[in-house]
Formats: sequence, C-alpha cells, structure tokens
Amino acid sequence: MAKAENNKYSKTIQSAVAEYALRLGDNSLILGQRLGEWTGHSAAVEIDMALSNMALDLIGQAQHFLGLAGEMEGKHRDADALAFTRDAHEFRNFWLVEQANGDFARTIARQFLFSTWQKPMLGELANSTNETLAAVAEKAVKEVSYHQSYARDWMLRLGGGTEESHHRLQRALDDLWGYTGEMFAGNGVDDMLVAEGISVDPAALESGWTIEVDAVLAEAGLTKPAVERMTSGGLKGHHSEHLGHLLAEMQFLQRAYPGLEW
Amino acid sequence: MAETREIDRIADLWALLDGVPDPEIPVISVVDLGIVRDIREQPDGSVTVIITPTYTGCPATLLIEQMIREALESDASLRFTIRTELSPAWTTDWISEKGKQALKEYGIAPPQPGERDVPCPRCGTTDVECISQFGSTPCKALYKCRQCLEPFDHFKCI
Repeated sequence: MAKAENNKYSKTIQSAVAEYALRLGDNSLILGQRLGEWTGHSAAVEIDMALSNMALDLIGQAQHFLGLAGEMEGKHRDADALAFTRDAHEFRNFWLVEQANGDFARTIARQFLFSTWQKPMLGELANSTNETLAAVAEKAVKEVSYHQSYARDWMLRLGGGTEESHHRLQRALDDLWGYTGEMFAGNGVDDMLVAEGISVDPAALESGWTIEVDAVLAEAGLTKPAVERMTSGGLKGHHSEHLGHLLAEMQFLQRAYPGLEW
Repeated sequence: MAETREIDRIADLWALLDGVPDPEIPVISVVDLGIVRDIREQPDGSVTVIITPTYTGCPATLLIEQMIREALESDASLRFTIRTELSPAWTTDWISEKGKQALKEYGIAPPQPGERDVPCPRCGTTDVECISQFGSTPCKALYKCRQCLEPFDHFKCI
C-alpha cells in the first residue's frame, strides 16, 4: 500500500510528505518521552498510569509517522533510526513539547495546550489523501480524545483548587503560552501538501483551539496570558536547550551500542 | 466439494486462532477481542491473516502477532502471511458477545457505549465511580463500586 503511494508522488511532494511526517512523529515522540519521565515519579499511582499510558499512545503514533517519514525520505532509515540517530537540529517538533516537565501543573498545562491542538488536527488528518496518514490519524484520534479530556479535567481541578495549585498552573501557562503560536504557523511544506489534500492546514486549527482553551481557562478561573511575540523555530530544526538533554538520555543506548536489539 | 473443503479450512483456522489468548487478559481470545480481522484464502493456496492493533502503542501488539504466528505454524502444511492493517481502526464494538461475557466473569466490566452506566462486574450495581480513565493497560479504566466497595477494571469504549 505504502509502496504504491510512494511511487505516485513527484520527488518534491515525496520529500514534503517526509518532512511533514517527521514533524508529526517528532511531536509525538518527544512529548511521549517527556511523559515517560513521570513513570515511577508521580504523586499517585493513578497519575503514574495515566501519564505512562499517554506516553505509550504517543510513542505508538511516532512509530507510524516516523516509519512513513523514513519510507518517503528513501534513505533506508526506519522509525528507530530516525528516533535514535538524529541530532537536535534534525528534529522538527514544536518547542512546546520539548519543554521540561517541571511540576505536575506544568506537565498538565503543556498537555492541555498540545492535546487540544492534536485532537482536531488528527480528526482532519483522517481525511488525508495519503492512506497511511489517514489510517494512523483515524486510530490515534480516539486515543488522543482521552488525553485531551484528562488534561482538561486537571486544568479545572488545579485551576479551581487551592491557592497553591491555581498559582502554579497560572505560572505554567504564562511560561508556556509563547510556544503555542508555532502550532498554527506551518511553512512551505504545508502550502504544498494542503493543496494536495495530504496535510491539515495549521492556520485553520487556530480558531477552534482558541474557543476550547478560552472556555477552559474561564471555567478554571485562569487568566489568558498576553504574549507580544511567539517563540518558534522547531520546524526549521532550531530548538531550546531542553531538547539536547532529552535526546542525550533517550538516545544513549543506540549511540553507545549502535544497532543494539532486545 | 472443493469449495466446502475450503470453507472448512478457513473455519478451522478461525477455531485455531480462537485458542490464542490475549497475553494481558488471558480469558479472552485474540478472535473475541477483534484483533484478527479476516482470514483470506489466496489463489496460490496460501492464506493471509489480517490483524489490527487495539491501541497504537499497545506493547502487547508484537507479542500477539508472535503468538498468532506460532499457532499457525502448528499446522506444518499451512503457508501463510500475517498482515497488519490500521484502517478501519479497531473499536470495542468488535469484541464478541462471548468475549464480553468472559470479561465480565473475569471481573472486568465490558465496554459500555457512553460509559455512563458501567455495572459493577461483581454485584451488578451501577452505583460506581471512575477512579482513573487510564488503567493497568491502555485499554482499561479503573473504577470502584460504591456498593460492594470492590475496585474493578472497565474495558474502555473506543
């Protein structure tokens, strides 16, 4: 299936699909790795299981998206090779997902901002003319609905909880808000792929996202942060200092023992 | 006659795979769970077994494929390939009635559309509360019965 699709694209489109799939896969992989850092460290076993399960879902998505990226790129790199042997400047994820976990409020704010973007994005991507993207999205959107509702519930609980929980969540939102603009920006790859019906127009996702985020902030009694200028660069491979540290840990085994298998 | 034999052969394979348990919830088979989607006879006499993962990142996916492979290999004359298809996406609607009953007897509340009235698998009351939407495996949520006070797993509806 994928091979036939591979042949039907021009070289330009094919490399654009590779770039787009890399972006989707990297977002899922990096956030999955971040959530995995909570395993065994959460305040309650239920939270531990929830964050670890969400990490698994995201890493499952990453396997499929990066697998497609490797196929389209045509350099004989599979999902593992892409995950474990690229350097920070070759990653295409948003700054938002690579930010450190911080406290639970920060992890929840990051998850809420991302899942509220990812859920409708996948819902749209399920209509992609690319069969692999459509199939992965159709499946993943059901799982991400749970991520979004989980993060949403905790936004309400922490925002409307104690003075301390409210303060911490507001601080996390203020810190992370400047990384949200990148989710709706896109680049040349998007223009080309949207026209082909392959990808989802990032700009079209912003109004729905804003409505949902505004509603939850209002219900949780949180103040919407005002940011003069959004920070971005992930799509070009420019990243914050956090990504390098994350990769050092995530890639250690394959870097130290290349090709090692279970 | 030849056609009948062919149907029998496919039916035998379904029965064979119905003996392969889910590694995490061994009371239910991979057929009852809806992981085995189809068994197709190919013109060259081989068969193609179509499987689909329950959750995208379910760690049991590879193990399940391996167990299905081992079961099929028990018939030395069988030539087969196993193919994974993601679409249509797996849904809890594909769990068989036999499977739902087995889940319930095992103490796991089977998927309930809407998830509002999840009956306690032990005492049957719907006076229950959801403790966590994420349980011990990706496919389960954690509940507690307010009547008999037993905690129990609920197979999430997706």
